[in-house]
Amino acid sequence: MSDVANLPETYLRMVSREYMRHRLHRLSLHAIMSLALLALVADFVACDRPILLSFRGTLYLLPNLVDPPALRAYDNQRLADEMNPSDWAVFPPVPWGYNSHDLEAVLAPPSAQHWLGTDSGGRDVLARVVHGSRVSLAVGVLSVAVLVSIGMFIGSIAAYFGGVLDLLLMRFLEIVHAVPTILVLVTMLALIMPTGWHSVVAMMVVIGLVRWTDVARLVRGEILRIRTMPYVEAARALGAGHARILLRHILPNALAPVLVAATFAMASAILLEGALSFLGFGIPEDMASWGGMLNDVRGHTGAWWLAVFPGAAIFFTVTVYNLAGEGLRDAIDPRLRA
Amino acid sequence: MLSYALRRVLWMVPTLFGITLMCFLLLRMAGNDPILAQFQNPMHHQQISQEAIAQMRRLYDLDKPWYVQYGRLVTRLVTLDLGTCWQNGRPIAQVIGEALPITLLLSLVSMLLAYCVSIPLGVYSAVRQHSVSDRVLTVALFVLYSLPGFWLGTMFIVFLASGKFVVCPWLPDGACFPLQGWHAFEGFERMNAGAKFRDVTWHLVLPVVTLTYPAFAALSRYMRGGMLETLRQDFVRTARAKGLSERTVIFGHALRNSLIPIVTLIGLELPELISGSVIVESIFGVRGMGLVALEAIRMPDYPLVITIVAFAALMTMLGVLLSDLLYAWVDPRIKLAQEGP
Repeated sequence: MSDVANLPETYLRMVSREYMRHRLHRLSLHAIMSLALLALVADFVACDRPILLSFRGTLYLLPNLVDPPALRAYDNQRLADEMNPSDWAVFPPVPWGYNSHDLEAVLAPPSAQHWLGTDSGGRDVLARVVHGSRVSLAVGVLSVAVLVSIGMFIGSIAAYFGGVLDLLLMRFLEIVHAVPTILVLVTMLALIMPTGWHSVVAMMVVIGLVRWTDVARLVRGEILRIRTMPYVEAARALGAGHARILLRHILPNALAPVLVAATFAMASAILLEGALSFLGFGIPEDMASWGGMLNDVRGHTGAWWLAVFPGAAIFFTVTVYNLAGEGLRDAIDPRLRA
Repeated sequence: MLSYALRRVLWMVPTLFGITLMCFLLLRMAGNDPILAQFQNPMHHQQISQEAIAQMRRLYDLDKPWYVQYGRLVTRLVTLDLGTCWQNGRPIAQVIGEALPITLLLSLVSMLLAYCVSIPLGVYSAVRQHSVSDRVLTVALFVLYSLPGFWLGTMFIVFLASGKFVVCPWLPDGACFPLQGWHAFEGFERMNAGAKFRDVTWHLVLPVVTLTYPAFAALSRYMRGGMLETLRQDFVRTARAKGLSERTVIFGHALRNSLIPIVTLIGLELPELISGSVIVESIFGVRGMGLVALEAIRMPDYPLVITIVAFAALMTMLGVLLSDLLYAWVDPRIKLAQEGP
């Protein structure tokens, strides 16, 4: 692997060709991209305002995004009722916001009006599932960024400098690894009591702080292997400093396995976010989170649609990330195949 | 072996200090005043005077610097003088004493089940590599591996325990499984031993299944991988070449060697089980350590929370120790190669 790593394009092409050879892996990549796209355009798929509106002589551009003051009192239903024949509007396919309460349809089963039913607050399940993709993607990406940064930093320092520092850092890693994750995370979140998008930030930091150990261990192993390679010795002989050797010569060659670990970490961070929100300590209720939606089933065991759809969304997301991780691992090093 | 074990056990002491310190600092970072958190909690509508708050802070050493607090915590844990809960003044030792056996029962049963099912399954799958059944199993295990436990548990509750969709008319309230708890709420005390056993079993079926399947999926995948690896090795070829039956080769030679990594996973599955039991107990209303911890966190009952966290850390450490020792025991190469910590 290391001898082709000097030609990054070729290596990249080789890995992607290997990855794309399997239909399931291809599909999982497409699914991941679709999920990201859905998170990006969630406001165009499900919103309680139209996308484009001509109302009483005024043309509103993208009222679903900009929330014009004149329309504060209106939602899609009221607009549709009060529109004159000369008015027109482009409604989103799901005409409900993720936090708009339809009090005439509380805990309504799936129907033509609410395709996937409503929750105990009369909120449309489909709209919340669509917007939930944002929260899970945000928590996943951000916490993985945090844990990969911490893990790479500690792993590379431990491996490169070795000796007492390595010993101490590895003991520290052992300690962090044994921290009972869910209990500590729940307690921290309960004490922070975050609201709104702060909860996403809190969650990402908190998950990142306790989950970096696998990446650190992996990076350490890789670097211990690479450190002894002749080209590193050559760089040192040429007078390169620690930082240059580590950042320019060693770390880039250790990145591939980290990418695999990050993909799996993405799946487990999304799972963890779901579990924390399910327990009622994660994302607050006025934001749409799949785990939080499942929490609503507790008091309403007859509402099967509340259990099936958000859970299926988590399951699907976790599965495609795990699939992509497996594909990537196989593509990078076929020997690692379990 | 003995000196290796002794070294590992001794090493646990500083590690445990480290873990409790780590947990303590993480919780401090999140919010340094659990008293205020308790009375600012919108769930409580109590009014409390500043003096009372100051008094409580003094009582629980919260007005002291963090290292004094940590020192007191360690003293409490080491002397097993666990103190009392904030909420109802019950001794923490008593609360844990009630909850721990239930969690242990759940975890042990599910661990045992996971091993009993996944070892034969992994062997079967590996021996018939590339067959249809192997492929189906591999896909099924992969899917199980990604299945969120809290979703499966919720689905069980909705479809099997609510009595609204799948109905067992011969049972008293029509639901196939109970909704809450690990035993019947009424009349459990009066049952004889057999009836008690049946009742607890009936109550624990769904929680145990929900707790077991992630470990089961992971272990089966490992077992299959390990077995495939072993079957490729030279000594297996030798065994076949000298004319041993396939049965002897697989169960006599290959299985024993591929069990090594699996056995050591016992310790690493333990943290998973602790996390899992928090979720499972919360879904099925089983009052074990997980549910008690969640309730304590919700209050929040700080002394109880930190004690349970320390306890969970201890269990995790014991698991890691167990797996290290098992590893050294089943694979002599390890203790020779390992330079002590």
